[in-house]
Amino acid sequence: MPDSPVAGSRKEAAVQALAAVPNVPGAPKPDPILVADHVMRRFGGLTAVDVDHVEIQRGAITALIGPNGAGKTTFFNLLTGFDTPDSGSWLFNGKDLAGIPAYRVARMGMVRTFQLTKALSRMKVIENMRLGSTGQTGERLWASMLPFTWRKQEREITSRADALLERFNLLAKREDFAGSLSGGQRKLLEMARALMSGPEMVMLDEPMAGVNPALTQSLLQHIKDLREQGMTVLFVEHDMDMVRDISDWVIVMAQGRVIAEGPPEDVMKDSAVIDAYLGGHHDKALTASGVSFTEEDPA
Amino acid sequence: MDWSFIISTTLLAAFGIEAIVFGLAAIGLNLQFGYTGLLNFGQSAFLAVAAYSLATLVSQMGFSFWIGIVVGILAAVLLALLLGVPTLRLRADYLAIVTIAAAEIVRLLLRSVTLKEWFGGSDGINDFSRGFYDLNPIAIGRYTIGPISLSQDQLFIIIVGWCLVALALLVTWLLVRSPWGRVLKGIREDEDAVRSLGKNVYLYKMQALIIGGVLGCLGGFVYALGRQAVNPDFFGTDSTFFAYAILILGGAARVFGPVLGAIIFWALIQGSDVILRSLIDAGVPVVSLMTASQAAIIRFILVGAGLMILMIYRPQGILGDRKELALDAR
Repeated sequence: MPDSPVAGSRKEAAVQALAAVPNVPGAPKPDPILVADHVMRRFGGLTAVDVDHVEIQRGAITALIGPNGAGKTTFFNLLTGFDTPDSGSWLFNGKDLAGIPAYRVARMGMVRTFQLTKALSRMKVIENMRLGSTGQTGERLWASMLPFTWRKQEREITSRADALLERFNLLAKREDFAGSLSGGQRKLLEMARALMSGPEMVMLDEPMAGVNPALTQSLLQHIKDLREQGMTVLFVEHDMDMVRDISDWVIVMAQGRVIAEGPPEDVMKDSAVIDAYLGGHHDKALTASGVSFTEEDPA
Repeated sequence: MDWSFIISTTLLAAFGIEAIVFGLAAIGLNLQFGYTGLLNFGQSAFLAVAAYSLATLVSQMGFSFWIGIVVGILAAVLLALLLGVPTLRLRADYLAIVTIAAAEIVRLLLRSVTLKEWFGGSDGINDFSRGFYDLNPIAIGRYTIGPISLSQDQLFIIIVGWCLVALALLVTWLLVRSPWGRVLKGIREDEDAVRSLGKNVYLYKMQALIIGGVLGCLGGFVYALGRQAVNPDFFGTDSTFFAYAILILGGAARVFGPVLGAIIFWALIQGSDVILRSLIDAGVPVVSLMTASQAAIIRFILVGAGLMILMIYRPQGILGDRKELALDAR
């Protein structure tokens, strides 16, 4: 994990790097970490995802938004190896990920969380965290029966886990079963657990879903912290206010395709985006009267 | 009523061949089902391939005892691979369907007339255990432990059996307290989450299936050597479900759960049988309306009702943790 510089500097760097990028779907980025080309996924007759070209800027927070059924989560699953596209290619750090199973994608430095939080209920919080660490000797069958081969590494993993739990305000829950945590705490645990592997890129599927407003702010701050520590974040979200607050770049999907891209302020004025959310023939007088869709709850 | 007979029969059941065989089968299931969440409904097939490898190789083909044991263990590994390769990438219920069918296929093959020359058909095989009992260092005679009296051979197989149980428990204990065991528990909770953390879930499930199968197959050896005979119909679905009942009774995902479960289960099964028979012999009203063979069936009803009551008041099993069970599954 790169050392964290002065707070805020990475945000400026990300905004600056993206300043010259044109606001068109599939725009090339100066330093893409993830590039997807012609990724298509069909479920029977339904084309869930049909993305011609999209690039994700390294070190930035990119939001993936779109109305329900736009194919955001499916696209997420395709990128992380949890689903296989019918065609297309996608590169992470220049490496082709086609045919790479999900667990290897995670080991390469791209970890994800889930829309429906997957806390491992009947395991303690600290065990959840320890599980997140990759490359453990004790996870090999033969070595596992010889504790002296993995004790030292286990201690190192535990201290790293404790540090993360402290940062995510979960240290008091260390010995509790993950199943006893609240919805928001589970989201925090899932994020902290994903960080145990020291990823380069973190993919968050609806990190705010089901989180109470009090926790939302702290969750947002944690996402910003990821960027400050040099990680790239791609997240799916419905809530426009959150998106505007934390993202450096927004990609809008509708009906499986990328329909708009740009900085949050510009994207929210984009007529294609408004059409996608409110329908093509929405009442023009409504926007003219100053009620912009960003103040509506799109979900 | 002859209390010493009731007590000695019950104790022999609780610590004898049956408890060892089903204890080992349940220890294997515990690793597969209790820790990893794999629904293996064909545990009896793992016992069957081990028992029959030993019996067939020694009796029909003239190989030595040790070759029979090694081939039996390899056969269990092979069976696990055969079941796991096509199903472990799929949802959990596919493994359940495939294993229950495979176990019946194994049993029907073993009792088939066509293969009678190899497996002895429905009569089974019964002349293969000499090699094992030749290893017996215990002097010929009868040995009395409390109310139980055993021959030197019975004593030998019981000692060897409990040593195998101890070994299987040690292996399980070492495995489940390690990071490897942590991955298994993670898979039981949510395999996609574990996958997203960079673990090769398929490999871990396969390892758990193989190790659980091999631990279970030790029960097959003990059964074959203890009875000095193998019979195909012992390896039916009943045996698998006995092993599940034992595991759940003792407490799944607890190292000692299967052993405690096996002891209690067989004590109840045999104890209720001898008590009912004694009551019939004593001419106790109502009870003596039934015959001894009816009593043998009634005891299963009693034990079944007992298990139901246990599940209502202690769903986590004897050693289980109620708190753990109270959590919502996801």
